[in-house]
Amino acid sequence: MILGRIMGSVVSTIHHPIVEGAKLLVAERLDASGRPTGGYLIALDAIGAGKGETVLILDEGSGARQILNDDKAPVRSIVVGIVDDVDLNSS
Amino acid sequence: MLLGRVIGTVVPAMLVDELSNTPLLWIQPLDREGKPEGDPLVCADGTRMAGPGQVIYWVASREAALTLDPWFVPVDDAIVGLVDEVRLYPPEETGK
Repeated sequence: MILGRIMGSVVSTIHHPIVEGAKLLVAERLDASGRPTGGYLIALDAIGAGKGETVLILDEGSGARQILNDDKAPVRSIVVGIVDDVDLNSS
Repeated sequence: MLLGRVIGTVVPAMLVDELSNTPLLWIQPLDREGKPEGDPLVCADGTRMAGPGQVIYWVASREAALTLDPWFVPVDDAIVGLVDEVRLYPPEETGK
């Protein structure tokens, strides 16, 4: 799983049936200290994440299919958690 | 899943049987602002509706094959949906 921040959403009317009714979010990738790495991904929203929120994104297909409860869902990235705080131990 | 734009179609002379009915499109990956990023690639079009210039989102690896029916096909990039609009929140609203 990776950390991301919700930067926007994607509007799509023609898509695979599994995406019907789901919310697609644009999330930028973050490093452990919360800085953007420059990358982004489009993820399905499983929990109701809002704008600017730091989230936990599962970026792996079989886990995503498990959450969607559909073993043929062509979905790889899915928002699975909202992050309150990341505490880095300074060593 | 990432954004991309259809920049052409691919017309194969020979193709494995499983893919004989699948449209193949030439896709330029995009960054979140819609600017080209990275090298173009060939995607199978599971929606069968994407045309030149269309912005789409696509998926790689095993999930790509799952966009197609039958799904047990040799495909590693595929279009999942067509993008009508990408709404990026204003920077002040996302806190960065």
